Amino acid sequence: MKHGSSSPIILLLSRVLSPYIMLFGMYVIFHGHYSPGGGFQGGALLASSIILIRIAMEEKVHQLHFNKDYGIPLGAIGVLIFFGVGFIALIMGGYFLDYGLLPFPGMITAELRFYGILLIEVGVGLAVMTILVSIYDNLLEEDDDESI
Amino acid sequence: MKYLTYISIGVFALLLIYAAYGLPYRGDPNALVNQEISLTGTPVASSYYIENAMKDANTPNMVTSVLGDYRAFDTLGEEVVIFAAGMICFLLLNRERKREARKQ
Repeated sequence: MKHGSSSPIILLLSRVLSPYIMLFGMYVIFHGHYSPGGGFQGGALLASSIILIRIAMEEKVHQLHFNKDYGIPLGAIGVLIFFGVGFIALIMGGYFLDYGLLPFPGMITAELRFYGILLIEVGVGLAVMTILVSIYDNLLEEDDDESI
Repeated sequence: MKYLTYISIGVFALLLIYAAYGLPYRGDPNALVNQEISLTGTPVASSYYIENAMKDANTPNMVTSVLGDYRAFDTLGEEVVIFAAGMICFLLLNRERKREARKQ
């Protein structure tokens, strides 16, 4: 939607709700070790908070919020974080994605695997968030193009 | 033709319901999937995860440990699939690319 909503209720509610949805998405990603959740679910929540702003606001505002040109590159960075963590373990002499050999000093193997899981969850969350927003943008562009 | 569709759907639903009676109850300790040793005499992976997930990765949530550590290669594949879906939407639907194609 290029022009956004003119209703002040929708504008105010989306502006209030979006940061809390984003915060909950962060919580789901970073608390995935202790409670249900993880990269995929948290990434979907982050994407929903961005798409809420995209539905409600006009284009000038939501492009400041999250520029559509960054969608695919950030998704690629998310995939590369995952792949890079596995590849570093491979370089350090272990198997691919064997987190026990990551080069963080002063940690035992269990802690290294804990932080390895955290790193890949962040990568998954980043990729899922940006790819979902990018799919939404591209579908919407197509829609506007047909209507002209 | 419409009734044939409904009848075939009904028959298939009855077949699925009949097949569901053969499934073990949820959480049944005697079910085959919950045994420590499988039919062929090899140890089942899930009992290893239940015993060692906390020790190996310091992670209380066993699902995260399996998803992110023991089966990380599968998760990498899922992420690549999502990225491929986004890439395909970008390549097929992007407006600037369409305009350039029209000019040529």
